[in-house]
Amino acid sequence: MKRGRRPTRAGARTWTGPLLALTALALGACGGPFPQSALDPASDFAWRLQDLFEGIFFWAVVVFVLVQGALIVAIFRFRERPGGPSPKVTHGNTLLEISWTLAPAVVLVLIAIPTIKTIWIVDSPPPGESLVVEAIGHQWWWEFRYPDLGIVTANEMRIPVGQQIDVRLTSADVVHSFWFPRLGGKRDVIPGHETQIWFTVDSAGLYLGQCAEFCGLSHALMKMELVAEDPADFEAWANGQRTEAAISDSAVAADGAQAFMQGGCIACHTVRGTVAQGVIGPDLTHVGSRRRIAAGILDNTEENLERWIRNPQDVKPGALMIVPELDNETVRRIVAYMRNLK
Amino acid sequence: MSHAEAAAIEVHSATGLSSRKILMWTFIGSECMLFGSLITTYLVYRGKSLVGPYPEDLLNIPFITVTTFVLLMSSLMMVLALAAVQRGDMKWGKIWLFMTALLGMVFLGGQVFEFNHFVHEGLTLKTNLFGGTFFLLTGTHGAHVAVGVIWLLNLFFLAQRGRLTQANAETVEIAGLYWHFVDVVWIVLFTLIYLLV
Amino acid sequence: MSATGARAAEGGSHSHEGTYSGGLWSWITTVDHKRIGVMYGLSAFFFFLMGGLEALLIRLQLGSPESTLIDPDLYNQLFTMHGTTMVFLAIMPLSAAFFNFIVPLQIGARDVAFPRLNAFSFWLFFLAALFMNASFLFGGAPDAGWFGYANLTSTQYSPGMRIDFWVLGLMVLGVSSIAAALNFIVTIINLRAEGMTFMRMPLFTWMTLITSFLLVIAFPAITVGLVLLMFDRMFGTLFFNPLAGGDVLLWQHLFWIFGHPEVYILLLPGLGVVSEIIPVFSRKPLFGYAFVVYSGILIAFLGFGVWAHHMFAVGLGPVANTVFSATTMLIAIPTGVKIFNWIATLWGGSLKMWTPLYFSLGFISMFIIGGLSGVMHASAAADLQQTDTYFIVAHIHYVLFGGVMFALFAGMYYWIPKITGRMLSDRLGKLHFWIMLVSFNVTFFPQHFLGLHGMPRRTFTYESGLGFEAMNLMSTVGSMVLGASMLIFLWNVLRMLRKGEPAGANPWEGSTLEWSTASPPPHYNFKVLPTVHSRDPLWAEDTGDSMHPDDPSVPEPHMPGPSFFPLLTAIGIIVMAAGALTTTLPVVFVGVGVLLFGVYGWALQPLEH
Repeated sequence: MKRGRRPTRAGARTWTGPLLALTALALGACGGPFPQSALDPASDFAWRLQDLFEGIFFWAVVVFVLVQGALIVAIFRFRERPGGPSPKVTHGNTLLEISWTLAPAVVLVLIAIPTIKTIWIVDSPPPGESLVVEAIGHQWWWEFRYPDLGIVTANEMRIPVGQQIDVRLTSADVVHSFWFPRLGGKRDVIPGHETQIWFTVDSAGLYLGQCAEFCGLSHALMKMELVAEDPADFEAWANGQRTEAAISDSAVAADGAQAFMQGGCIACHTVRGTVAQGVIGPDLTHVGSRRRIAAGILDNTEENLERWIRNPQDVKPGALMIVPELDNETVRRIVAYMRNLK
Repeated sequence: MSHAEAAAIEVHSATGLSSRKILMWTFIGSECMLFGSLITTYLVYRGKSLVGPYPEDLLNIPFITVTTFVLLMSSLMMVLALAAVQRGDMKWGKIWLFMTALLGMVFLGGQVFEFNHFVHEGLTLKTNLFGGTFFLLTGTHGAHVAVGVIWLLNLFFLAQRGRLTQANAETVEIAGLYWHFVDVVWIVLFTLIYLLV
Repeated sequence: MSATGARAAEGGSHSHEGTYSGGLWSWITTVDHKRIGVMYGLSAFFFFLMGGLEALLIRLQLGSPESTLIDPDLYNQLFTMHGTTMVFLAIMPLSAAFFNFIVPLQIGARDVAFPRLNAFSFWLFFLAALFMNASFLFGGAPDAGWFGYANLTSTQYSPGMRIDFWVLGLMVLGVSSIAAALNFIVTIINLRAEGMTFMRMPLFTWMTLITSFLLVIAFPAITVGLVLLMFDRMFGTLFFNPLAGGDVLLWQHLFWIFGHPEVYILLLPGLGVVSEIIPVFSRKPLFGYAFVVYSGILIAFLGFGVWAHHMFAVGLGPVANTVFSATTMLIAIPTGVKIFNWIATLWGGSLKMWTPLYFSLGFISMFIIGGLSGVMHASAAADLQQTDTYFIVAHIHYVLFGGVMFALFAGMYYWIPKITGRMLSDRLGKLHFWIMLVSFNVTFFPQHFLGLHGMPRRTFTYESGLGFEAMNLMSTVGSMVLGASMLIFLWNVLRMLRKGEPAGANPWEGSTLEWSTASPPPHYNFKVLPTVHSRDPLWAEDTGDSMHPDDPSVPEPHMPGPSFFPLLTAIGIIVMAAGALTTTLPVVFVGVGVLLFGVYGWALQPLEH
């Protein structure tokens, strides 16, 4: 060999790299709390997937430690030493090959069994009685219908705790994906197809969701919220949702109603009990009672409603909501009307 | 096409087969996947058109049987052409090459006639799924036939000018491989589209 | 036409002085696999840096929540082009660079089977790459993801030319890749040296062969998908129109039937490179050669049976999900076998701790992590939480960057001395390695957690308060350092070109035939074609009589002459694409004319002239 080589120095220099890497790894896990986390299950569906994942993760760590370990040992043990003997020429060992083909196969079987069991549960129709919710994905909002309860709403889904929910999914335009990480896996929402996902939420609370299939400009801004509540509270909500739109309780709101009905709003929105019967955009009959607006991205406040109505594309680029030039007073009135629609 | 590669550049073959022949076979393998995907698309969408015209309204099996026969005969011509060139009979080699191309053109003429008829009956690429898949699949095949016809005519003209001889038998063989492949594809298409309506 | 055309186009220098001498025209008309390899390599590295820049912009945007640095329109173009560029314009051509330069040398041949077809493949790739990137200047780059799902890609939801650039560019790239793959299949099957049976072929050549088969079988599937999409967009067909009975899932199936083998197309060459380097730098032959070969073949086969694991959330049903879970898990076995054989090669060896080995070891280490996260996705049910999140982004980058790019960098450090005749600095190489390794992990390891904590992918921003801030910031910082580490490599290359030590024929004491030639090899590679009797011809004792270094008494072999027609043909195709893009029929016809002129000129021009 032409160029003589010093053997690499063991000690500080060699360990810095790996140590740094390790630290980075450890740091990677920080930054909580995580309100939208798949690792914080809150439904039977989510728990099934979590249990499955933990089992697979265990084996992954075992394999990782063994194989990386072997690699690292090999690197350190067999570095070239000056004056050392030439390595023994080996070409292979069939027994070893068979062993390390079978060993991973066994581990994979151990992963495959719970996998297949879980697949057959979660991909089969829901057992027993369910509350059916139809979820229709739109660019960039979610429509929720409860066919058995006569409810149509948008972006905020409420369900009773402990009740199995059977979500039937489809899309009005492109492919989206329905995902509440804490409540389980996701299901794509496909135009021309109906897909299904089902789960039972085990504790009351607010659960955050987000579209999980790239669907265009504002994919990142297509969110939804799920409120799981006491069955009695849910009943109350459902009854409220079924009623027609509230009558305006103030002059401002009444003016707003008029502006709404005479403006282009009714072309796209429904407010039950009024002339507004548009179906292109979200149903606004009870928009005032939602926690958030514009598909889960803005808190439902006067200021945000104003911001949204004035210029939807500013909040959500590409939004299909077309709003003519409105003067401040008109906007204020419409906002008052919206907030009144509880 | 003829190359003056024989004398100067060393030509090697680890298998004993010519590189060009291996190339054509591998290419045909790739083309199988191409047509396979197109055929799959046709089959997946069979019966899914929401509006007519539908296959049973338009497909004229007797007519297509004739054109299929013509294409099959062209393969026979191709075999004869290769045999002639291999034994050095360039006179008949040229005739059979020309006949192959001619029958290919007759087949294409039949396709054009059929396509025209369908369009007049209201079926275009965008009418429904049948229109889209039918024209795409048979059109792709037709394009392959057309390329084959051009290739064969070129071989014919080269032979006319004395630039295609017995020494180039392999070139004719490779063209033949392509031509037979295109014919086999048609047999599959004919069966799936016309016979299994 | 043909005779004058041939003479007119032949031009160029027939310089036999040096492998790379001659002016621009000699490079444009070259049919020499070594020069074509260099051109692939330079182009690919350029596009790698471009794709990297796109990534850095993405990371800058995601470094803080609700950032307004980059608007969603630009962001969507960036992530689409990042993926498309890295897959088609960086990794594949980088592999092609090595296929081109190294394979003929490794099998003891003077060039590939079809040198002009080879030049054609390169020029078509190069022009297609320019074509696709020209979109930035003409209305915007493609913005529906590298996977372009229907029906987002329909004219209704993606008006304008952006998707057309993507569709046409990919179709042309497909032609280029298939042509190149056909060439390499024939080359490897038919041009092997005397005595080189298949089971004596170098591993890199084996992986090239397998990859080439994958290419010719997988690409037609996406070609058909692209044709269907193009017809929908240009002619109003209904293939992906759900309102007319079309099924958007057909696109997904066709795309992934191509797409999954594609990732093995990306991976196998890297596996081949590492399989070359580890034995040489362990000073012992590859452990379990036959098993490593069979594993590669098995991976290729199984790779065609796993595609729907990209569709686990689509609702294909329990039967399909079970089958595809099983096949996906199965593919982990041959992959593992390769890793174990590499470790067994290292074991008991005498490891030469130089840069090519560092990158190879880094590859194995990172690939283990990427492979394990892959096994996690293989479980269809568990994948319902992982798919379409940053957990997948982490997996992809561990296998493609930590895996393939580390392997390809290993190949660069290993073979650049052969290609240029000069040594790179080992010190700078190791610095590059460590900075790249650490910053790579800082960038991508946190993304596993981002995904599991609920961050979907392909999102131009994220809300504050979801816990995504810290890990995104860490990832961004890591990515900046990762980008900077490339500068070390570039500096090393520049330094080498100016004052690198001469490499000599075999600086690493390699065992395969490319190391028996000068560095760089003369344009004819071997004056006398070698005969081999073993897998490691340069290590075996009985090779004395079969290796003829440049023997002055042997005349220089005749080599194919340069030709302009491959480039011309490629230009014809791109002009046709431009015509289709702008739906101007006259331009398409001009393209056809140029194409025909190119094809006829090529066909009628003798190989040697």
